[in-house]
Amino acid sequence: MARYDRAITVFSPDGHLFQVEYALEAVRKGNAAVGVRGTDTIVLAVEKKSTPKLQDSRSVRKIVNLDDHIALACAGLKADARVLINRARIECQSHKLTIEDPVTVEYITRYIAGLQQKYTQSGGVRPFGLSTLIIGFDPHTGVPSLYQTDPSGTFSAWKANATGRNSNSIREFLEKNYKETSGHETVKLAIRALLEVVESGGKNIEVAVMTKEHGLRQLEEAEIDDVVADIEAEKAAAEAAKKAPSTKET
Amino acid sequence: MESVFGLVGRDFAIVAADTSAVHSILVHKTNEDKIMVLDSHKLLGASGETGDRAQFTEYIQKNVALYQFRNGIPLTTAAAANFTRGELATALRKNPYMVNIILAGYDKVTGPSLYYIDYIASLHKLDKAAFGYGSYFALSMMDRHYCSDMTVEEAIELVDKCIMEIRSRLVIAPPNFLIKIVDKDGAREYAWRESIKDAPVPTA
Repeated sequence: MARYDRAITVFSPDGHLFQVEYALEAVRKGNAAVGVRGTDTIVLAVEKKSTPKLQDSRSVRKIVNLDDHIALACAGLKADARVLINRARIECQSHKLTIEDPVTVEYITRYIAGLQQKYTQSGGVRPFGLSTLIIGFDPHTGVPSLYQTDPSGTFSAWKANATGRNSNSIREFLEKNYKETSGHETVKLAIRALLEVVESGGKNIEVAVMTKEHGLRQLEEAEIDDVVADIEAEKAAAEAAKKAPSTKET
Repeated sequence: MESVFGLVGRDFAIVAADTSAVHSILVHKTNEDKIMVLDSHKLLGASGETGDRAQFTEYIQKNVALYQFRNGIPLTTAAAANFTRGELATALRKNPYMVNIILAGYDKVTGPSLYYIDYIASLHKLDKAAFGYGSYFALSMMDRHYCSDMTVEEAIELVDKCIMEIRSRLVIAPPNFLIKIVDKDGAREYAWRESIKDAPVPTA
């Protein structure tokens, strides 16, 4: 099997593209990222590994704007992300220049995925080592969308999804607990999902909320702490409610 | 012939332009907006070849937006002016854009400013500027009546004087003008000065 991962253009005998699978490994080692789509709100939450004391945390933004109505979070190689994000931002403006319309979420997702695929079928290059979560509102219909792309260049739309570290556990949680939410409830659901694998606290999570009217808004640490406190209180209340009926029986 | 002019006031800048779209002896429309809102706090008034005007100003607008997404902060007016001049200069010896530009903006740190950029890529930072045949009259009026630190009312009075002169003294004077203003609250339309309104279209 080791013979088939040197040149990306080569398939292995059993049909694998090992470089792409190794890229997915790189994604699995990256920070956890969660996206949840509500009826009028879409939320991205990303794990923030503990910042070194001397680092200026404002220079490390994990959730970025591609355009006024589109945002992206990713898991994996952050340097590769910079390149992809830059190309996507240029494409957003270029589309507006030639078509006189902002991109749809699907268009820019297709573009990014297309770019990722190109690097799995070109000589001398390696695939991008990241999966992206792309959120946005359709500029004409106002419908919210959440898409995911991965290093192989596939993409699909989701109601809620996770990528990066422990994404399977987060996805399981979301499958069990997802329901149509709006506004603050969507934010709570996203943070609850991320807290399954991340230490609680505003210091360890970066959260951004997108609405049609206000675009992308990064939440302050204090706001995140508030929501986390809410969630813990709800959890405690649910625990207490579970114990209470049994005491009544005796 | 198209007229564009502008001036800087106390804590704002104004750009005024005629609104006629002309091709040889035909007036296509009398309500063409030639002052583009470049971003939240910048105005770009342009005159010249119609196709070049649209193409070039939209290109500058999208690049200014891209800078903001890449860097998280908007370009300063000076930076935008120099970028615009640079693009004109690069194209000059190959495929020149026939567009004259008045770029006005408001920066939080430096306040209002105005830049004169002509089609052969000269750049001047000025308090008052004008392009076109109307400039002969607008510049003379502004030289006579302009003073620094004008209020919005005084500046609009001066703009109206210029428009009056252009209307009365230019043989093919554009009938309608559009005035836009940029200050700390952003760039926006201020007023129209119409002497010919299109005849209302009768309904079936």
